[in-house]
Amino acid sequence: MTAAQMGFRRRLFLRKTTAAGFALLCVLATSIGIATLAVLLVDVTREGIGRVSWDFINSFPSRKPEQAGIKAALWGTIWMMGLTASFAIPIGVGAAVYLEEYAPRNWLTRVIQTNIANLAGVPSIVYGILGLALFVRAMSLERSVLAGSLTMALLVLPIVIIASQEALRAVPSSILEAAYAVGASRCQVVSRQVLPAAFPGILTGIILALSRAIGETAPLIMIGALLFVPFTPSGPLDRFTVLPMQIFNWTSRPQPEFRENAAAGIIVLLIVLLTMNATAIILRNRFQARARQ
Amino acid sequence: MGVTDIEAVGPTSRIRRRGPLEARLRHGREAVIHSVLFLCASVSIFTTLAIIATLLEETTGFFREVSIIDFLTDTKWIPGLGGGPGGLEPHFGILPLLSGTLLVAAGAAVVALPVGLLTAIFLSEYAPGWLRGIVKPVLEVLAGIPTVVLGFFALTFVSEDIIRVLFPGTKIFNAASAAIVVGIMIIPMVSSLSEDAMSAVPCSLREGAYALGATKFEVALRVVVPAALSGIVASFILAISRAIGETMIVTLAAGATPNLTWNPLDSIQTMTAYIVQVSLGDTPQGSLGFRTIFAVGMTLFVMTLTLNVISQYLLHRFREVYE
Repeated sequence: MTAAQMGFRRRLFLRKTTAAGFALLCVLATSIGIATLAVLLVDVTREGIGRVSWDFINSFPSRKPEQAGIKAALWGTIWMMGLTASFAIPIGVGAAVYLEEYAPRNWLTRVIQTNIANLAGVPSIVYGILGLALFVRAMSLERSVLAGSLTMALLVLPIVIIASQEALRAVPSSILEAAYAVGASRCQVVSRQVLPAAFPGILTGIILALSRAIGETAPLIMIGALLFVPFTPSGPLDRFTVLPMQIFNWTSRPQPEFRENAAAGIIVLLIVLLTMNATAIILRNRFQARARQ
Repeated sequence: MGVTDIEAVGPTSRIRRRGPLEARLRHGREAVIHSVLFLCASVSIFTTLAIIATLLEETTGFFREVSIIDFLTDTKWIPGLGGGPGGLEPHFGILPLLSGTLLVAAGAAVVALPVGLLTAIFLSEYAPGWLRGIVKPVLEVLAGIPTVVLGFFALTFVSEDIIRVLFPGTKIFNAASAAIVVGIMIIPMVSSLSEDAMSAVPCSLREGAYALGATKFEVALRVVVPAALSGIVASFILAISRAIGETMIVTLAAGATPNLTWNPLDSIQTMTAYIVQVSLGDTPQGSLGFRTIFAVGMTLFVMTLTLNVISQYLLHRFREVYE
């Protein structure tokens, strides 16, 4: 064997070893995210599972940790979700329909589009500052569940718009053209052809947006959702708290019993969120499978 | 003046004359729908304008009482909320809050950028389809974990069971545990955006390199990553912007002591955590102490907006190259 051949073999061996080492590194890196998620779930379950019970779900917060529950927070979350959805869904889907089906290609459309992408990256606490100034003070809605929901609707609006736009864009243009060809007006094309075809994709976006809103805490601290609420809201102008606020409150207390309550609250919150996420993922997979056919 | 309208009904089509009124009604309805939809789209513009107006109004009020030079250069942040018994002279220097924010963001970047990029390379170049179908949804679940939950995890697990075991004597509230968990939070963002960029690299480039006898490592690092570089950098910048704006993890785990330090084991305070501290306290609205949150919020908004705009510019340029 010549020296050149030996040199080649050695280099080839080195290159193959590097490649194998790098592949291993990639596997390790990927498992960091997954392992952390597993550790988090195990840690929270271990700390909090003992407190999860019907009493915990159906009791108001209390100064005694063993009697405290999440009734007020759970009802506050349900109220806020309903109101947020009723603002964010029509406006978000409407904006997406406008941008995809109606908007002329001009500077104004480009500004709106760029602006939506930028809003998606604004920190949630800045939305809280806006909510405090606009809804709580200027519109004097006080620190009500309505003010919180309006703030949250603005926060998730970019998510709803971007997801709906993607879903609308995926509708084949042959469907639109066929509808226009038989004389349908634009609003007939949109309401009878495009929206039904894009519905699963839009729904997925809405679920993801709402699951973001359920978990947000910072903007609600800003607009002054309460930390201690021994009642459930009975109207949109009542004061309120939500699950993440209750968890935040219990976590920031020094007593370990309250920390156990926080973990139990997290378990309830995660069950709600994982159910929503799983629904969204299943819907999307089904939608993608159908689109491929 | 009649308008002719053609409607196809089944196999036969009929032509029906419509009165001018009917046509005008149809036209009018279209116009109403058009303007309602336009209003929906313009809500986003109003949101941006309202954010800027709110921040500007209160911030200018703040800078009428505090010099902007002091704000940017003073190394002490003593807002004197509620008067304080010691009667300390108030100082409004953003630097301690800024250094806290940057310390956490830098720590998070050290965790998330390499891990996120390697994850993206794994998903785009190595993982078979079935594995990608499992890993991607799991990372999406990680991305969907609320930040208050991650804050709980940072405080009760990362700080207590890892940092304080490795470095005995560290305070329970420290920058390191917050930075690590913020890093974990932004991994899915880096990996999914970088993977999108890498998937857009044409297969012919990879095939050309393989045909020359390159190994998978060489293809990934010398062909795919350089070709997708602007998309990858865009994902890095966007992730750092997220880390800067993160609130609940740093509020719960990093502490509440404005501290001009680069030691990650110290207790610090970030800009976002300061805003939370003021709004949880009983600082009267309209006072100078309360106005600080708008000045700090403005700083935060300008920083994240700049990063987002840069990131979008890079993404846009990247799209033009390959489509």
